[in-house]
Amino acid sequence: MKTLRDAHVGETLKVVSLTGAGPVKRRIMDMGITKGIELYVRKVAPLGDPIELTVRGYELTLRKVDAEMINVE
Amino acid sequence: MSIKIALAGNPNSGKTTMFNTLTGSNQQVGNWPGVTVDKKEGILKGHPDVIIQDLPGIYSLSPYSLEEVVTREYLVKEKPDAILNIVDGTNIERNLYLTTQLLELGIPVVVAVNMIDVVRKKGDSLDLEQLSKAFKCPFLETSALEGEGGLEAAELAVTLAEEKKPIRVPAVFSGSLEHAVAHIEEEIEDVVEHKFLRWYALKLFERDIKVQEELNLSEETLEHINKHIIECEEELEDDAESIVINQRYEYITALTAKAVKKHSLEQDSTSNKIDNIVTNRILALPIFALIMFLVYYISISTVGDFLTEWTNETLFGEIISPNLQEWLENMAVSDWLVGLIIDGIVAGVGAVIGFVPQMLVLFCMLAILEDIGYMARVAFIMDKLFRKLGLSGKSFIPLLVASGCGVPGVMASRTVEQERDRRMTIMTTCFIPCSAKMPMIGLFSGAIFNNSGLVATSAYFVGIGAVIVSGIILKKTKLFAGDPAPFVMELPQYHMPIATNILKTTMERGISFIKKAGTIILVSSIVLWFLQAFGYVDGSLEMVDEADESILAVIGNTIAPLFYPLGFGTWQATVATFTGLIAKENVVGTFGVLYGFAEVAEDGEEIWSNLAKDFTFLSAYSFLIFNLLCAPCFAAMGAIKREMNNAKWTWIALGYMTGFAYVCAFIFYQLGSFVTGGEFDMFTALASIAVAGMLYLLFRAPYNGEKQVG
Repeated sequence: MKTLRDAHVGETLKVVSLTGAGPVKRRIMDMGITKGIELYVRKVAPLGDPIELTVRGYELTLRKVDAEMINVE
Repeated sequence: MSIKIALAGNPNSGKTTMFNTLTGSNQQVGNWPGVTVDKKEGILKGHPDVIIQDLPGIYSLSPYSLEEVVTREYLVKEKPDAILNIVDGTNIERNLYLTTQLLELGIPVVVAVNMIDVVRKKGDSLDLEQLSKAFKCPFLETSALEGEGGLEAAELAVTLAEEKKPIRVPAVFSGSLEHAVAHIEEEIEDVVEHKFLRWYALKLFERDIKVQEELNLSEETLEHINKHIIECEEELEDDAESIVINQRYEYITALTAKAVKKHSLEQDSTSNKIDNIVTNRILALPIFALIMFLVYYISISTVGDFLTEWTNETLFGEIISPNLQEWLENMAVSDWLVGLIIDGIVAGVGAVIGFVPQMLVLFCMLAILEDIGYMARVAFIMDKLFRKLGLSGKSFIPLLVASGCGVPGVMASRTVEQERDRRMTIMTTCFIPCSAKMPMIGLFSGAIFNNSGLVATSAYFVGIGAVIVSGIILKKTKLFAGDPAPFVMELPQYHMPIATNILKTTMERGISFIKKAGTIILVSSIVLWFLQAFGYVDGSLEMVDEADESILAVIGNTIAPLFYPLGFGTWQATVATFTGLIAKENVVGTFGVLYGFAEVAEDGEEIWSNLAKDFTFLSAYSFLIFNLLCAPCFAAMGAIKREMNNAKWTWIALGYMTGFAYVCAFIFYQLGSFVTGGEFDMFTALASIAVAGMLYLLFRAPYNGEKQVG
C-alpha cells in the first residue's frame, strides 16, 4: 500500500486509511485528514522534510515519519 | 451578577482581533494555573457586567495538547454562561469541526463566521441559515478586522446566556454510535451533571484518559462501557476515536457541500503565490537568512542597541545616577544609604529598564512575523535541523537573538508553542555567548592568549556545542520523556499585519517582563551590592572600601576551593564569577578592582600582566568555559523565571546550566592538564569518568519508563 511518504510533489491523492494510534494519529485526523478526503502535495521543505499539503482548502505541514501513517491511492 | 462569555476558536481564525474589538483596552492578561499558556479576559464594550474570557486557539478538544486541556477544563469546570465560537469563513470545514465539539458541552453557542469580508471578496457564498438550522444554534457574519458584526454576536451570546433555554445538539452521529453513547449516558447519569452528560459519554466512548481519570468509575461500570464501545467498533470496523472524528467530518463535509458555494475555481490565492516564493526549495533559505538578519540587525545591532545603550549610559549613567547622588549627598544622607540607593536600587532598576527598549523592538518584530504568518514557515523550514535536539524549528530565533543578549533570547522562546520544546529552548538559549560576555573573552584572550581572535570564535563553538549536547542529553531524560508533540501544523494564509494586535502583543510581553522578571533582578542586585559593599571589620558590620574585606570576599574565599578542580580556585576568580551574575561585563571590572585598579579599559588591558601570573592557558580557558555556560546574569534568570512560570523548572534550568558548565570546565582542565604532561591523579580519573558519563547520556536509549496513570 502506498503511503503519503512516497508521494511526489504535485500529486493529488485520496486517503484510504490511517494506521498507528495515539496523539499523532488523533492530531492528523483532527486536522481533517480522514478517510476518503483528497490531499494535494504542495511542496517539500528546503531541507527535505517536512512536507506541505493542501487539505480541505487550507495548508497543512507534517513530517515524513508521520506521513507514513497515511495510506493513499 | 456578571455574565461570562468564552471566546473559542481555531488558531488563525481572527480570534485575537475579535477579542481586541470586543473589549478594547479593558483587558487583563494572566496565566492559566500551572502552565505557560496566556489567559486573557476583558469587559465587553458597553456591558460592564459581561466578561469575555479568551480561550487558547485550538483545533479540537482532545486530551493531548496543553491548550486543549486548559480549554476543556475551563469549559466544563468554570462553566461560562455562553460560548462565542469564532469560525474562519474562508476555511469553514475544519473550523466547524471544533464547533461540533463545543455544541456538546451543554452551553449555549453563538457561531461568528469571521473574515466574511475575505469570503465576499473571493466571490464565495455561505448559506448561514442552512448551517444554523443544522447546528441548532445561531450563525452570524462577522469581520473582526472591519469591525462588522462582532458586537452583535457577543450581545446575542449574552441574550442566550440569560435565556437559559435547554440546549439542543445537532444530529452529527450515525445510529450505532448514538446507540453506544446512549448506553454510556445511562451508566454515568448519577455521576455527572445532567447538562454535561453527553460530553462525558462521548469522551468515555473515545476512551479519553483525562475523563476516565476524572470520573473515577468502578471497574464494573468501565467494563460495561467498554462492552458498548467494542460492539460499536466491531460494527463500524474502526477504533472508537477514529469513528467519532470521521463521523464529525462526514457530517460537516455533507453540510458544507450544500451550504458553501465556492466561486473561485481552484485559482491559486495570493497567499499561495507568496508562499511559492518564500518557502521555495531554493529561495527559502536565503530569504530566511535575510529576514533573520533584519530581525537581528534592527532589534539587537542598531535600534535596540542604541536604545539600550542610551538608557543605560545616558539616562541612568549620566542623568539619573549623578544627579540623584549629588542631591542625596547635599541632603547629608549617610554613605551607606547613598550606596544602597545608587549602586543597589538605581543600578538594579537600570538593569531592568535598560533591557526594555531593546526588548520592545524585538517583541514588535516577532509579533509582526507571527501576525503575517511567517513564524509558522520558520518552523516549517527549520524543523528538520532542530527536531533532533528536541527543539522546535522556531527555537532558531531565541538562539539567534541570544547571541546579542540572552534576556530577549529567553523571552523570544514565547513563540514556541509546545511547552516541552519551549522549556528546552529556555534551558539552552543562554549557552550562546551574548555580547556582555565579549569583554570577558577579550580580557582573557588579551592577557593569556596573545590577543588571538580564535578565543572569541571558539566561544561560539563552545556555546553551539553546549546547545547540541544538552539538547540530546535532555531529550533523553525523564524530565522531557513522553510522547513527542506531533508536528502537524497549519500554515496560515499570509495577511497584512494588524497594527493594534502587534502593539498589544508587544506591550503585553514588555509589561510582563518588567513585572515578573523585574522583581528578581532588582532584589538580586541589591543583595549582591550589600555583600560587596559591607564587611566585618573588627567584629562589626560596616561599609568597607577595600574589596578584599567585603562579605563577598569572605564568601569567595570559602567557595574558592570548589573551583580548584577547574583550575581557578582563587578568591578573585570566584568573586568575579559572582559579580558576573549581575552582568557578565562586570567580570572585567571586578578583576580590575581586585587587582587594585579603580578603573580598567573594557578589555582590562591594565591587569593583563596580573592575570597572566594567576592563570595558565588551561585555567584561563576553563574559567571562560565555566563563565560562558554557567547560570546567566540575574536579568536572564529573571527572564527564565518569567518564561518557565514555575519555580521548580526555573531551578532545574539554572541548576542544569551551572552543573553542565562545571562538568565541562572540569573535564577540559583536568584532561587538558594530563595531556599536556600532568600526572594521572584522582581528578584525571574523575574527569575520565565524567567523560564516560557524558557519552553514556548522549548515546543511551531515550527514557521510556512506564507512564503512571492516576
